[in-house]
Amino acid sequence: MSDRILSVEGLEVSLPVPTGTLNAVQGVSFHVERGETVCIVGESGCGKSLTALAIMDLLPKRARRTARELTLLGEPIIGVSESAMSDLRGNRMAMIFQEPMTSLNPAYTIGNQLEEALLRHRKVSRAQARERAVHLLERVGITAAGQRLRQYPHQLSGGLRQRVMIAMALMTGPDLIIADEPTTALDVTIQAQILHLLAELQREFHMGLVLITHDLGVVARIATRVVVMYAGQVVETGTAAEVFGAPRHPYTRGLLDCIPIPGKTKRGERLGTIPGMVPSLVGHMQGCHFAGRCNYVVDACREAPISLTATPGGAHQVRCIRADELIGERATAREDVA
Amino acid sequence: MAETTISRSTLARAGVQTAEEIMAPTPGAMMRRRVFGHFGLMFGGFVLLVIIFMALFANVISPHDAYDQQLGRKLIPPIWHDSPKATWSHPFGTDHLGRDYLSRLYHGAQVSLLIGFSAMIISGLIGTILGVMAGYFGGRVDMAVNFLITTRLSMPVILVALAVVSIIGSSLNVVIWVLGLLIWDRFAVVMRSATQQVRSLEFVTAAEALGCSHLRILLTEIAPNVMNHLIVVATLEMAHAILLEAALSFLGLGVQPPTPSWGLMIAEAKGLMYFDPWLIAIPGVALFMLVLSINLVGDGLRDVTAPENRS
Amino acid sequence: MAIFALKRLGVAILVALTVSLITFSMVYISGDPAITIAGEGARIEDIENIRRFYGFDRPIFVQYLEWLWNAIHGDLGRSFSLRVPVADVIFERLPTTMLLGACAITFGLTLAIPLGVLAAVKPNSIFDRAALTLAVVGQAMPTFWFGLTLILVFGVMLRWLPITGQDSWWNFVMPAVALGYNVAPAVMRLTRAGMLEVLASDYIRTARAKGLRPMTVLFKHALRNAVIPVVALAAVQFGFMLGGSIVIETIFQINGLGYLAWESIQRKDLPMMQAIVLILSIIYVVITFLADMLNAFLDPRIRVT
Repeated sequence: MSDRILSVEGLEVSLPVPTGTLNAVQGVSFHVERGETVCIVGESGCGKSLTALAIMDLLPKRARRTARELTLLGEPIIGVSESAMSDLRGNRMAMIFQEPMTSLNPAYTIGNQLEEALLRHRKVSRAQARERAVHLLERVGITAAGQRLRQYPHQLSGGLRQRVMIAMALMTGPDLIIADEPTTALDVTIQAQILHLLAELQREFHMGLVLITHDLGVVARIATRVVVMYAGQVVETGTAAEVFGAPRHPYTRGLLDCIPIPGKTKRGERLGTIPGMVPSLVGHMQGCHFAGRCNYVVDACREAPISLTATPGGAHQVRCIRADELIGERATAREDVA
Repeated sequence: MAETTISRSTLARAGVQTAEEIMAPTPGAMMRRRVFGHFGLMFGGFVLLVIIFMALFANVISPHDAYDQQLGRKLIPPIWHDSPKATWSHPFGTDHLGRDYLSRLYHGAQVSLLIGFSAMIISGLIGTILGVMAGYFGGRVDMAVNFLITTRLSMPVILVALAVVSIIGSSLNVVIWVLGLLIWDRFAVVMRSATQQVRSLEFVTAAEALGCSHLRILLTEIAPNVMNHLIVVATLEMAHAILLEAALSFLGLGVQPPTPSWGLMIAEAKGLMYFDPWLIAIPGVALFMLVLSINLVGDGLRDVTAPENRS
Repeated sequence: MAIFALKRLGVAILVALTVSLITFSMVYISGDPAITIAGEGARIEDIENIRRFYGFDRPIFVQYLEWLWNAIHGDLGRSFSLRVPVADVIFERLPTTMLLGACAITFGLTLAIPLGVLAAVKPNSIFDRAALTLAVVGQAMPTFWFGLTLILVFGVMLRWLPITGQDSWWNFVMPAVALGYNVAPAVMRLTRAGMLEVLASDYIRTARAKGLRPMTVLFKHALRNAVIPVVALAAVQFGFMLGGSIVIETIFQINGLGYLAWESIQRKDLPMMQAIVLILSIIYVVITFLADMLNAFLDPRIRVT
């Protein structure tokens, strides 16, 4: 317990929309121990990003957030004052965003924006802050760091800006870093570099890392634990080995079928697809959220809310009433070409 | 077929909204709801209609001849003044020459609307042509138009208008033309950026690829998509022209007496305002209400036609 | 930055030259300026004399070049009515108008910018509605009528402020309010829109994610970016205000450039009218140029290339 960095229990986020209330996050629970990388995966709109913003208390003003438990280093971070939260943000927990191109203020130099985070939370001189900034810029792989400090964001490429964002998150030596799809806006070649850099830094600084991503290949390599989200709910969670080795939810298996696996996927073989569209989260929904797109749906799936149940003797949890029957079945409709 | 039905009902049970459900209220109904739910638009529209009615039927509804001077009944205070002279025969009183103020107010609405509307049409034509050309052709045309706009903006409108009117001599037509030729800048600026935006959209590129002529693209692809911007600027510029006409007339170089113009009425009453403040209050409020209503209609139209831009 | 400044300066000079050409030709729109000066019923000999005296008999282009050459050297001609060099009178009156303009823009900006920020920080609140109402009302208020109303209320009824003249700072209060109130709506709307856009931007979220205090986020990160377009607008509005000073100076009888313009228009003093239009246009060109430079200073994307 002492090394539990983040604990999320029953997190709910809802947003008022013209047609009602959008229940974007519905009872999400997970935790992060020191030195762990927890990956949250799922389609766009499944509530991953809102979960991240909810933890940081950076949700849009009109959004409502509740949780049974939300603690950072054992201290509650829900229902505390804004000033107490701002003391933690950028200090004990930091966040890296999706859009490096627009996440830096165009009016100030890189140096100014890096130092600012440290000056806010620590009693250090500007010179010390600058020293730390140079050190971290070098650490995230930026050459000529001293000169970069005097540059403005528009003078840097997207990859460099994301490295700056990472350095910025590290300025105070946080215990937790939340990275929300940090590579989606970048070139494919740079994506892998950035993700590996993050994984490396996580080990080096011995932090907790919450990584939100689409990139299941990377997840398989760096995740300690995986949280699969669908339509606002966690549908499956477990260690990377459990979730990737023996996926139990039809949705997880669908996701895995969608990616080619080197050595396993045969040339010419069709990749799987998940037909249908994500259901609207406005209002209350009966039964399994995935029922509308699932090949194994039965009437029971739609009758009552499905709970997340653990497999015997494991931390592997799944939200599917047919999980046990379906072991071994193919997840997606894959047309077998004659 | 059967499969489609099943999957659709399946979707519905799972809470999936089908396209029809999302689109439920028709666009027309949504638009009506937005129009009638918009206070500014409704209020502005109502006031504007009242003033247009006053102008159109000035001759019919005026209780007296707006030009009829009777010094024997000069400076009768309006009916709400606690004065023995106030009379329902002249509800808004009479001016320093004994002319019925209400009748002059009705006729002044004609002048304001006529000048505002005509000047707006002239400036709208100039500015729209320049702006659309700049936005559509870009490059040198854009540079040239930008230069024209900058030059035009650097010249003080009221001063140039006054100078020109004083040199040529004032009349209703002169005021209309001078204002029309001076205030096209905002049309040009807005139309330029609106056209630039539409220009870069795919359907314009597609039309170009199909080999449509410039004129055809401008008329069938660009024009319908910049129309809402044009209407909004048109209302604002009409209000602008009305204010400028009032200022010119106030300074004695706009509409010439005895024609009733609200600006001129204020000028004529200026010397008497310490004793009879209502003389400037009535035409001033009328002018304010007219400009306010036109602006509200303009703002309202912008909100209603482009709800996504509303902040 | 140097290239940007040079380009911008080139445009400014070109605009000033074009304005000078337009201003010069203004005299000819009525046809014969000699007739304009002499008046409709003048004798032919008089008109001929005037024509020769002012050099209207020479080719127009030669007249323009000479006028421009003299203007560049500070000689804007002689006033028809005052019989003194136009430039002397103008530069005697100009400081008053500039002072009035400075007071007015200061009033307008100090009213509009905080209101715009407040309205954006608390959208749909009472502040927002009040600011919006003020903007709508301000836009519809005829300047001259507003000026007269101020005189009536604060000068005549309450007797708080002097009505006319320019003997003390108190004389400038009402004119500055009347003139400055005019620019407030546009500035307010732009500040509000700019702040709303900036506050919704990703870098504001980054600033909050760093745990910065709300005031730092608002003033250091948001306002700095939102104010950039406001600078350009304020410059443009200042230029408009100098033009609008003709109305306000006549109402409040302030002996500035606007009042001079009105006098010379009434006397059909063509060289004086020309010179005032030219001077005001050039001031506008200079101010917008300076505003662009200030913008470049505020926005590193322009400054550092």
